[in-house]
Amino acid sequence: MTSLRSVFASATALATLSFTIPTASWAEQPIPVVATFSILGDMVERIGGEHIALTTLVGPDGDAHVYQPTPKAARSVAEADVLFMNGLEFEGWLERLAEAASFDGAMVVATNGIVPIAFEEHEDEHEEHDDHKEHEEHDDHEEHDDHDDHDDHDDHDKHGEHDKHGEHDKHGEHDKHGEHDKHGEHDEHGEHDEHGEHDEHAGHDEHGEHDEHGEHDEHAGHDEHDEHAGHDEHDEHAGHDHGTFDPHAWQSLDNAVIYANNIAAGLAQADPANASEYYTNRAVFVAEIVALKSDVDAMMAALPADKRTVVTPHDAFGYFAEAYNLTFEAPQGMSTESEVSAADVAALITQIRRESISAVFIESITDNRMMEQIANETGATIGGTLYSDALSGETGPASTYLDMMRHNATTLSEALGS
Amino acid sequence: MIWDLMLAPFADFGFMRRALLGCIAVSVGATPVGVFLMLRHMSLTGDAMAHAILPGAAIGYLVSGLSLGAMTIGGLVAGMIVALASGFVARVTSLREDASLAAFYLISLALGVLIVSTHGNNVDLMHVLFGTVLALDDTALILLCSFASLSVLVLALLFRPLVLECADPQFLRSVSKLSGVTHFTFLALVVMNLVGGFHALGTLMAVGIMILPGAAARFWAESIAGLIAVAALIAMFSSLIGLLLSFHYSLPSGPAIILVAGVGYGLSLIFGPVGGAIAQNLPRRKFET
Repeated sequence: MTSLRSVFASATALATLSFTIPTASWAEQPIPVVATFSILGDMVERIGGEHIALTTLVGPDGDAHVYQPTPKAARSVAEADVLFMNGLEFEGWLERLAEAASFDGAMVVATNGIVPIAFEEHEDEHEEHDDHKEHEEHDDHEEHDDHDDHDDHDDHDKHGEHDKHGEHDKHGEHDKHGEHDKHGEHDEHGEHDEHGEHDEHAGHDEHGEHDEHGEHDEHAGHDEHDEHAGHDEHDEHAGHDHGTFDPHAWQSLDNAVIYANNIAAGLAQADPANASEYYTNRAVFVAEIVALKSDVDAMMAALPADKRTVVTPHDAFGYFAEAYNLTFEAPQGMSTESEVSAADVAALITQIRRESISAVFIESITDNRMMEQIANETGATIGGTLYSDALSGETGPASTYLDMMRHNATTLSEALGS
Repeated sequence: MIWDLMLAPFADFGFMRRALLGCIAVSVGATPVGVFLMLRHMSLTGDAMAHAILPGAAIGYLVSGLSLGAMTIGGLVAGMIVALASGFVARVTSLREDASLAAFYLISLALGVLIVSTHGNNVDLMHVLFGTVLALDDTALILLCSFASLSVLVLALLFRPLVLECADPQFLRSVSKLSGVTHFTFLALVVMNLVGGFHALGTLMAVGIMILPGAAARFWAESIAGLIAVAALIAMFSSLIGLLLSFHYSLPSGPAIILVAGVGYGLSLIFGPVGGAIAQNLPRRKFET
């Protein structure tokens, strides 16, 4: 009897399943979208849900710095309606790929609207401050030409609030790539505001808080600095591998909210029929981010003042460091591509000894032999594995963005807090 | 002054001492082999072999991660297969050995690139393959030193037939059946030293430390023993200076070492007393008076 009942139950379940799944897919074809790397892909998946067919180019444990696109990737890009990218020159290979695949959909830059951290800014604030002044001087001379070049300057003024947060940079970059779609996107932002989505500005408000934590002057400097980021690319920062700014912006939970907003806006524009669902998913996701943030805040606040220096293989945690007043040191610099020199390793070892740093960390995507040697030589322990540029596989401790951030924070707090 | 420039880096930092020891081991093991490669007009064979071991190391890495053993065995196996296969083809068919070697190493390289592209994408494999002399751990050092010792020992045993083969391969073939054995053992030494050097400097840079000092020594000495001694000294000196340059001017260490060896080669080319540019073309006044 029981077996009959269970058969009946499963038959019902099957019937329900077979009934619901086809209707969902008949009702609408999921729109094909592409995300460049696993972390962004996870966010897009969260917000797009069942309405999108997502392809992630650089999968779990993959290194997007040195990714070589395959024909399969080019095909996914060619077929996609929306292409999500991190921006800030993280995916140097993407422009060529999109061109080669004659991609004609909408490109969504997830870092649109974040406050980018200038290259290595978090390391030496005083030096950087002087730097800003220099930029301002440069900019004064070129300001007028610059504005004349931007036909859409009026547009910027409409979004005064965004401007403060470095929106201008993006315009500088876009103009370079000639992607006019982006401007459409900004209008989207305007629409959100009209919808009364106050969460939208949660991220910005958080940034307000940052200002209170730290140096007002420094940030005032940023705002002016950011407005002319287009120039910076031609200034002295031009030599760096990664362009002007640290691209690893997702390492700050505040920025993740902005990522979510950009993703939702991009999806809503490409698929207006399901826009409300995208915004609902975004709201749920943002709520989870905010909840996680309070946990991480508590963990990081509990770290003792003399244990706030962290050694990692490559410099991917600038935003995390800024948010929690930590210092991250890395022998390899910002990109995993560069070769280390003896001088870098020696400097790091000297620092570990001088500040008696007790733990160094390894990353999932880098060659960790170097860190093991450094740990060996300084007597520091390996504090654990941090996930910086890629999620772990399904079974790993960081298979989603939120898991990754939680894992990193927990690993740091366990290794440093002891 | 001298202390700060030359010795302090090694006194203060263990990784510098390890790097130097690793480089000296590679210098001692690889340069004599490089000298013989040059004398046998096979300098480019070293380069071909370096490409041939690359896919083997890649497979080793993909099978068991960053394991020294797996990558070493993979590299040795791939290199030996290419060496034996090309030698076999040369002896059985009418194709000459250099052509068959070129064919086999290209096949091996293509296979490696294929494997890397389909299964790679984890850690950037090129980074792994380029090796880093600054991250040599104990096992890597022991491996490098064992390879160097073994290489020197085998070379000592093979010295006479090898010299004969350099001078007059036909004669060796006529008086001894060991010609083939000598040849393959020598190729095995090339492969072994390249695999050892690959852990320290990466596959391509390992060829540099093998060939450049030998080529430079050519302008300083005439006897084979002299060539080997000068080459080994140049290699060790280049390692020392290259590491110091990397330390003081924050240059990547592998290329720095090879470039110093390259500068040594350039200087030898010009100033070397044995067939150098100046010695060769100077009007020989001193002999006239």
